[in-house]
Amino acid sequence: MLSTAAILANTPAQLLPAREQMAFTLAMHILLVPFGVALPLITLVMHHRGLRRGDAVALLLARRWSAVMAVQFAIGIITGTVLSFEFGLLWPGMMGRWGDVFGLGFGVEAWAFFLEAVLIAIYLYGWRRLKPWTHFWLGVPLPLAALMGAFGIIAANSWMNTPRGFSLDANGNPINVNVQQAIFTPMFGPEYWHFVVAMFMTAGYVVAGVYAVGWLRGRRDRYHRLGFTVPFTVATILTPIQFMLGDSAARAVFHKQPVKFAAMELVWDTDTHVPEYMFGRLNSDGTVSGGLKIPQLDSILAGFKPSTQVTGLTSVPADDRPTIVQATIAHWAFDIMVTVGSLLILLALWYAWSWWRHRDLPRTRWFFRSAAVAGAACLVTVECGWITTEVGRQPWIVYNRMRVSEAVTDTRASSLWTMLGIVIVVYIAVFGAFLAVVLKMRTRWRIADEGSAAARAALPPETDTPYGPRSEPEPAGAASGGGSDSGSGGAS
Amino acid sequence: MAELIAWVLVVVIAAYACAGGTDYGAGFWDLVAGGAERGKRPRGLIDHAMAPVWEANNVWLIFVLIVMWTGFPTMFQAVFSAMWLPLALAAVGLVLRGAGFALRKPSRRLAQRRIYGAMFAVSSLLTPFFLGAVLGGIASGRVKVGTTASADAWANPTSILAGLLAIAATAFLGAVFLCSDARRFGARDLVDYFRLRALLAFAGVVVLALIALPVTHNDARYVWDGLTGGAGLLLVILAAVCGLATVLLLLRRSHGWSRYTSVASVALVVGAWGFAQRPYVLPTSLTVTQAAGASHTLRWLMIVTVIAIILVGPALVLLYRLDTQGELEELTDAETVAARTPGDNL
Ligand code: HDD
Ligand code: HEM
Ligand code: HEM
Repeated sequence: MLSTAAILANTPAQLLPAREQMAFTLAMHILLVPFGVALPLITLVMHHRGLRRGDAVALLLARRWSAVMAVQFAIGIITGTVLSFEFGLLWPGMMGRWGDVFGLGFGVEAWAFFLEAVLIAIYLYGWRRLKPWTHFWLGVPLPLAALMGAFGIIAANSWMNTPRGFSLDANGNPINVNVQQAIFTPMFGPEYWHFVVAMFMTAGYVVAGVYAVGWLRGRRDRYHRLGFTVPFTVATILTPIQFMLGDSAARAVFHKQPVKFAAMELVWDTDTHVPEYMFGRLNSDGTVSGGLKIPQLDSILAGFKPSTQVTGLTSVPADDRPTIVQATIAHWAFDIMVTVGSLLILLALWYAWSWWRHRDLPRTRWFFRSAAVAGAACLVTVECGWITTEVGRQPWIVYNRMRVSEAVTDTRASSLWTMLGIVIVVYIAVFGAFLAVVLKMRTRWRIADEGSAAARAALPPETDTPYGPRSEPEPAGAASGGGSDSGSGGAS
Repeated sequence: MAELIAWVLVVVIAAYACAGGTDYGAGFWDLVAGGAERGKRPRGLIDHAMAPVWEANNVWLIFVLIVMWTGFPTMFQAVFSAMWLPLALAAVGLVLRGAGFALRKPSRRLAQRRIYGAMFAVSSLLTPFFLGAVLGGIASGRVKVGTTASADAWANPTSILAGLLAIAATAFLGAVFLCSDARRFGARDLVDYFRLRALLAFAGVVVLALIALPVTHNDARYVWDGLTGGAGLLLVILAAVCGLATVLLLLRRSHGWSRYTSVASVALVVGAWGFAQRPYVLPTSLTVTQAAGASHTLRWLMIVTVIAIILVGPALVLLYRLDTQGELEELTDAETVAARTPGDNL
């Protein structure tokens, strides 16, 4: 702990509030990202099914998901814009020095999001008047644009983890910048695929979870069945893939960021035959208290044999590595991620088994209970994954090249604390309102689906805006015509 | 190459000023539309007209930031250090604005709508003000490499005038567009409603510009000279012509073209400012060449920009076309099969 105090003593006072704000805003933004990346695809799958088979229930689901998407996308955009501002407001030192080396990834991100914003507007507002298939095809590039956006962000982040594509002049400023190298850094591949799959899994489990809850409450119609099966199947197929991708990401960290790996696995001294700790707490003398110790396993996981040498935290001076507390945080975050990942595999196996044996969903309530929890667990896992990546990199903002304390703004700490306070209040209000609005939509749909006569009667005949030709009630082709009579199909 | 990227930056800022500006302007008129009953129709129109395009309109801002930090990292660092407070406030404003707008629509209760609407409208006023103030501070040479955050950088005559001008210009753009939208949706009364407001906003712009002339003469000397001579002056004159043309078109009720002329006038002003600042990104301390990032990066930034134009351009055109042809409409409760819940009063 002494070393922690010593490090804190010569860090600028701005560092703590700046970090807290970055962590908070990113952690909030990342909760929406799975839906931004993956919900369009899941919706399109459902949409396609609806058009192809003339399935009114599927179309209704797709339409309702796009109503949710409209709000979610807006909140995703604004929280993302804040992050862009924060690069300047909190870390001007990093952008001033390295902006031209790694900033280009964001350039790709920007046009991808631009495309996404345009296409999503067309998709969300095209339901009523575009021809059904035209409308569908205009939505198809959406998932690609989302993947491109993630490409940009992850390129930037993986560059921060394994910076390259430049050399330094006498003053330590980057010269000879090579953009291709700076984008495709060693961590990029493992991080990107692991991330993308995480997004699809998370969106799949969360959406399926909503219908699992409905199922548990006794709403067992086709609407719920469909709403559950499509996203859940996507997610379960990805789960084992994600396990393997995570494993290879871990090995990439082992090779490219050995000190971070040491923090994730609580390895104190460089050694062979290193044991694996599940959870546990690192002490300042390098021992681990609590937790489950499995001899040799860490070396085996890292290099497939017990004699693999694993770099320890003490291989670098104390102020070049995560503190004891940070190491413990990264370790816990990593272990939670792995635990959840493994549990999800069991869930996926259960589902696969049931299909294989009965061609049907498992019947027990416990399956649906687990499925309902899986979405939330995935969101927690995503947070944990990022905590592993970011906290494990400390004290570097650019691994081994620039410290977080060198990048932070000069603005007075008191202003930063105030800003942090405002941001927390605003975000909690906005996310709270967002959640309330989405839950409210759900209630409305459920009431309508339950066909309660009173609610029906109260539904205004034409809930349109009172303007000219646009608002003429019109059965706009199959896309919207199908939905209106499907209300009896189910409830949300 | 650096010069070229600097122009890309100016063009993107101009695009944001026009697209985002229209949006902020709509927010401004939402704010002053009066009580719930009186403001119902204008607000309905604003909601209806903005909904499909506001997200795309605001992505330009992200482009601005990215071109800044990739193309001119030192300038980015200097601006964000010196202008910390207005930029932080603008960021908060952006959140409140976007959230307010997005959440207002699905709400069916008057009280909730009021809160979200107020969030949206007030921040539509504050955000352009702070962004304008930042531009004013830069133009008046108050940002240098190493300047730390201080009130002087943005709370000075030039900044405040620039902020107010930003508000007036957005209000002008917003009203001109809403005028055409009202016609498009067949809301006759609102055409005149927004026509009057567009003229008022234009008068506001002119008054502010006249005040700004003497005030900024000494305060922002370099840019002032650039705007009153050479290419800068030419663009300013063109902008004025476009502005007057807009007024004429409004008076003659030809609402088809007024949108283009109004956009042109705002874009030309931004372009004039670009000319006036040459060769500086931060007058008069940092030139484009000094601020430029690595040349390999700039080349790639150009490539990325070209790809962006090729990919995003047609999509954007499609969006605006579908929108003006009335092909884009919000899903209604009838189509998502939603019922009312107790307490709904809208
Ligand atoms: C659904 C979510 C999910 C699941 C089930 C897993 N992960 Fe993960 N993981 C993420 C979601 C995630 C993430 C949030 O998406 C991260 C953060 C950074 C990144 O690129 O992906 C991440 C990062 C991340 C990193 C850090 C990479 C770095 O530091 O740069 C490692 C080593 C792993 N993961 C390993 C695993 C392993 C071995 C798993 C096996 C069970 C696993 N993850 C399951
Ligand atoms: C999206 C999910 C992410 C989350 C939840 C996240 C989380 C965090 C956390 C917890 C910290 C604070 C670390 C500490 O105080 O010990 C942090 C810092 C930071 N992160 Fe991330 N991060 C994410 C992704 C990214 C990405 C994609 C980037 C950039 C491309 C990024 C850039 C930074 C920067 C610049 C800092 C400040 C410096 C630092 O403390 O290392 N983060 N983030
Ligand atoms: C973990 C990595 C991240 C990913 C994959 C990601 C992904 C996304 C996605 C998919 C959107 C679209 C909005 C939505 O659908 O909700 C979005 C919005 C945005 N994100 Fe993030 N984000 C990440 C972190 C960040 C970071 C660190 C920044 C900071 C530069 C950022 C900047 C933005 C911006 C500027 C937007 C709004 C632009 C737009 O949508 O048009 N994101 N993000």
